Amino acid sequence: MSAVHFISLTAASYLAPFVSGRFELGRGWVGAQVDLLPALLVYAALNGGLGGLAIVAVWGGLLFDSLSGNPAGVSTISLMLAGLSLRHFRELVLRDAPYAQGLIGAAVGAAVPLTSWVLQAALGGNPLAGWGTLVQLAFLGVTSGLATPLIIRLLDRIDRTFGYPRMNESSFRADREIKRGRA
Amino acid sequence: MYKRTQYAAISSILLLGLITLSLPERVAQRLKLAAASLYLPLFGLVGSARGLAEQGSNAVRSKRDLLEEIEQLRRENQQLRLQSAQSQQWLEENHRLRDALAWQRRSGWNVRLARVSARDPSSWWRTFLIDLGEKDGVSVNRPVLSHDGFLVGRIESVNNHQARVVLLGDPNCQVAATVENPLPPDPRRPQFSAARDGIISEDASSLLDHTVVNLSFIDRQTDARPGQRVLTNGKGGIFPPGIPIGHLAELRGAGRGLFLEASVKLGAELARIEEVFVLLP
Repeated sequence: MSAVHFISLTAASYLAPFVSGRFELGRGWVGAQVDLLPALLVYAALNGGLGGLAIVAVWGGLLFDSLSGNPAGVSTISLMLAGLSLRHFRELVLRDAPYAQGLIGAAVGAAVPLTSWVLQAALGGNPLAGWGTLVQLAFLGVTSGLATPLIIRLLDRIDRTFGYPRMNESSFRADREIKRGRA
Repeated sequence: MYKRTQYAAISSILLLGLITLSLPERVAQRLKLAAASLYLPLFGLVGSARGLAEQGSNAVRSKRDLLEEIEQLRRENQQLRLQSAQSQQWLEENHRLRDALAWQRRSGWNVRLARVSARDPSSWWRTFLIDLGEKDGVSVNRPVLSHDGFLVGRIESVNNHQARVVLLGDPNCQVAATVENPLPPDPRRPQFSAARDGIISEDASSLLDHTVVNLSFIDRQTDARPGQRVLTNGKGGIFPPGIPIGHLAELRGAGRGLFLEASVKLGAELARIEEVFVLLP
């Protein structure tokens, strides 16, 4: 993992829970806030190694729980499980296509809060749930689906701007070129 | 698929999550508030930016608008002074009557203004962080009120610089409440009746609406009616009696007809509130 990739993921994982906690992004309409961590998780799972995934899951998850009533560690586990599942199938995903990124973002955006809720309920907590939860999950899925391609594009741009350009690998070697015709 | 070291890394992360989850409640709350303290510079930055924006908008306001506002505030101030003087007389009269009846005097509320720094980003808890901590005298279970005196919730955990408030409607904030008697006060009749008591708790059917909570375990024989005020009744020892919570919106049967349940429309706008008062001892 490059230093730029590490710094951008760490900074984005720090800012994502802050944005959800500080600004009004849906709470007034459906009682749920837009969450940017699943979108970051998709970027980390599709574009990096386990290190990136660990940053979003551990650092981002712990910060999310610090602002929330969740028990500390719940979001880390649910983000990590979702990230590992996504990473398992990443070779089958058209990861450069925005619509595929959006669909994966939507699925992860709904799966992460659902896993967190199930974990808390299984641990004996009493998180709020009702028919409205389905509306909230749909809202979280749709907003995460919309945010994922944008976040991937933004972080890719940062990576390209501040990181070293990718070396184009080619099997062509000038010293092995066969010159045709008479010299 | 993964190398052995990668399996070890994944297992350590999941183990770390499980260990954090199994920490004792007190330690976990401390850990969470310590992690939330990492946002203190950003909270400060947002506060400063808001202050600058307010200053900017004030700078472009016309002198006429400002003079009109000053005039309005002056009038309001005179009116409030008159009301305050009148309240002082009533307070003295109340003290005299309480002394005569050998009732304990009621002390005034000692409140401290706090700003909401961040709200719960998850949708199944209702909490927020405020910018007052132990250094300001805030302690666990202190009641939190809105600027117009309605109950908002209670302090759940606190560190030196900030505190977490658990709001009405969260499963961890249950309040003993009563429906106010609409009849004029009568010294022969108790101010609070057990038939009007209940417990304020979360309302799962109104998840999308943060302004409604449930008042459950109301006596079937109650004479409470929709529209009446709901107040804390002081039972439970956390909230003093008489703090307004909201209005009774609807009554319905519950518990297979054993008791009644009511929807209570909260007086405080929990989703939009930006400043709160913490009731100190």
